[in-house]
Amino acid sequence: MTHDEGTTRWGSASGWPLPPGQPLPTNLNVYVANLVPKEEYFAQGHRACQGCGLALAVRLALKAAGPDVIVATATGCLEIITTPLPYTAWGVPWIHVAFENTAATASGIEAALKVLRRKGRIPDRKVRVLAFAGDGGTADIGLQALSGALERGHDLTYICLDNEAYMNTGVQRSGSTPFGASTTTSPAGKKSIGQQTWKKPMPAIAAAHNIPYVATANPSYPYDFIQKVRRALDTEGPAYIHAYSACPTGWRSATDLSIHIGRLATETGVFPLYEVIEGRHVLNYDPPTLQPLQEYTRLQPRFRHLTDDDLARIEARVRREYDALKRRAELDAKEEKRLKREAVRARRAQRAQRTASDP
Amino acid sequence: MKSAIPKTVVVPPGHRRVGMEDSHAAALAVRQCNVDVVAAYPITPQTHIVEKLAEMVANGELDAEFVPVESEHSAMTVCVGAEAAGARTFTCTSSQGLILMSEVVYITSAMRLPCVMVLANRSLSGPLSIWCDHSDVMSIRDCGWIQTFAENGQEVYDLVFHAYRVAEMADVQTPVILNVDGFYLTHVVESLLVADQEVVDRYLPPYRPRHSLHPDRPVTMGAYGVPDLFTETKKAQDEALRATYPHIVRAWQEWGDLTGRHYHPVETYRTEGARVLLFTMGSIGQTAMVAVDTLREQGLPVGLVKLRLWRPFPHEDLRRAVAGAEHLLVLDRAVSFGGPGGPVASEVRSALYGQVDAPVVHDFIVGLAGRDVAVPDFEAMVREVLARKTAPRHEDYVIYGARE
Repeated sequence: MTHDEGTTRWGSASGWPLPPGQPLPTNLNVYVANLVPKEEYFAQGHRACQGCGLALAVRLALKAAGPDVIVATATGCLEIITTPLPYTAWGVPWIHVAFENTAATASGIEAALKVLRRKGRIPDRKVRVLAFAGDGGTADIGLQALSGALERGHDLTYICLDNEAYMNTGVQRSGSTPFGASTTTSPAGKKSIGQQTWKKPMPAIAAAHNIPYVATANPSYPYDFIQKVRRALDTEGPAYIHAYSACPTGWRSATDLSIHIGRLATETGVFPLYEVIEGRHVLNYDPPTLQPLQEYTRLQPRFRHLTDDDLARIEARVRREYDALKRRAELDAKEEKRLKREAVRARRAQRAQRTASDP
Repeated sequence: MKSAIPKTVVVPPGHRRVGMEDSHAAALAVRQCNVDVVAAYPITPQTHIVEKLAEMVANGELDAEFVPVESEHSAMTVCVGAEAAGARTFTCTSSQGLILMSEVVYITSAMRLPCVMVLANRSLSGPLSIWCDHSDVMSIRDCGWIQTFAENGQEVYDLVFHAYRVAEMADVQTPVILNVDGFYLTHVVESLLVADQEVVDRYLPPYRPRHSLHPDRPVTMGAYGVPDLFTETKKAQDEALRATYPHIVRAWQEWGDLTGRHYHPVETYRTEGARVLLFTMGSIGQTAMVAVDTLREQGLPVGLVKLRLWRPFPHEDLRRAVAGAEHLLVLDRAVSFGGPGGPVASEVRSALYGQVDAPVVHDFIVGLAGRDVAVPDFEAMVREVLARKTAPRHEDYVIYGARE
């Protein structure tokens, strides 16, 4: 979508939030900024590193959620930066149980809210359940609990904060680490390129559970990010958001470049912004031309050992996957249009039949 | 005189007499406690309990959320999440299921969430076995939960109410594991006294959590412990568990007053004038009572001490119960490989260490993976103890009946 479209939509009477399926603005716009809640539920003074993408993502997500939410968090950076006893950075009710079971914790909270509301033991209003876990806590050790929660259909939103390795324990590789990245357990060396496997496709895995809402989001596009969290929370049933989360400490990148690197992740096609709404893929931002992969990798020393050939190979795959996603979105859009046309035709036919049978 | 097999049972007021499977009795009690969330994963021999609960929810007899989780780890976690949000929860497991969820079991007590679990005791693999012993519960001995043992179906039923009553007391706020021997106390049909709902309601007040996750009063639960505070946190947890003892006893007293069925941390059977005391935990106590009757008829001065409360360990009650006996024959249903004998015997020795005139402790490991311990086995063990010329050392134990 173009810059202008975004401006028009956000400034229009469609209001906040936009209904699902509408293209999302990607530009910074003064009117949009005014629509973002001023309230902060994620207190300053937490212990995140400078330039931490996760802290920004969580702050935005909580703005989107508002006060009527209960948050469950996995063991990891987010937990330790926000809750060293006896302090807390959370202005909303929050719980941490363990590493691999965040989705199960959220399931339990959701089940409790449902039954307690039914029995009249808590106030009769919607309280949403929001879970945060890292890429290790989601794609690796937490995948089973997540899959169970998605399959059971709990009404919750699960946000994976993907910084592409186990950062809290010292930058070990995870199933979500991209090919070629050097980590402490996938170090680049004479006989290794670094991470030797391709990133586990978590959003696709979540979408394969046939849940009503899946999205990728990137805090470098804050309004898109807030909008998606809002949509996820408003969805009845399970929603999954895969959030890009820059980590200067783990990626050894400059702390003042996190937002910039995040933008490049999307503009190079490495981290495309899309939604899967009831199985229908929507590409939220399709840059006119994808930036060269090198623009993205050169700012992150975790990729510095990669040769031009390596980069070309990776770039080819990134573009192939991006194109496949784009085609899928186009097909889904066509199919959607076809279904709509069919529905209109069916209605017309029905009306015609009624008129004909009218004496 | 007391006898192991009661001749007649009078139905007390507010009760009916029903024949039912012990698992179904447990499920009925859970229903009568009006739990809000049940989360469990199938494992033998616990399954009948949760199957029954699922049926009750499906039929609208129990207004609860039944969460059919994908693992025991998630079963315990769902209970933690739900309990934290203010719900009364129930889970149930055995053996491998328990050790899979054990990570969360420790966290539950540290978070002071009054969850209740029925543990259908079963041996730990390998080799794989589905039958009863106590190796599962011993693997989480130090998990910080209150741990009680039932001996028959009536106790399974009664102790479920006790578990919720104690766990949720304002001064307790500690989870409870009720140990019921797999198959012996899950798959047997017994004649039971079932309390009217009105009796239960008089005993168990509605659950009012002190803190819960809700936007109206936001709290942070499960913060991480910096070294500066961790020791104090653990000391507080230990003190809290120790301090549950009088409340546990009081809750049993209240149940006894209501129903006429009294329970104690340590219970005795025909200990008067006994030279040898058997020492049991769980369903084996029933056979032991018959064995005591038989041996007494043969003129052997034998009595029985049964441990009902495993955590917090009732040191004083134990010392009182065994005072005056020469030999204490401890029956363990788990092995502590390379350790100081069976887990129960080593704790009993600890409790008696340095006591004047304490009985000599003889440790017999029996009944592993459901191997029967019948009256003749008790007789053989008692005769072996009486024939011993020298007292065993602290670390000595016998794995009884094992073929060479």
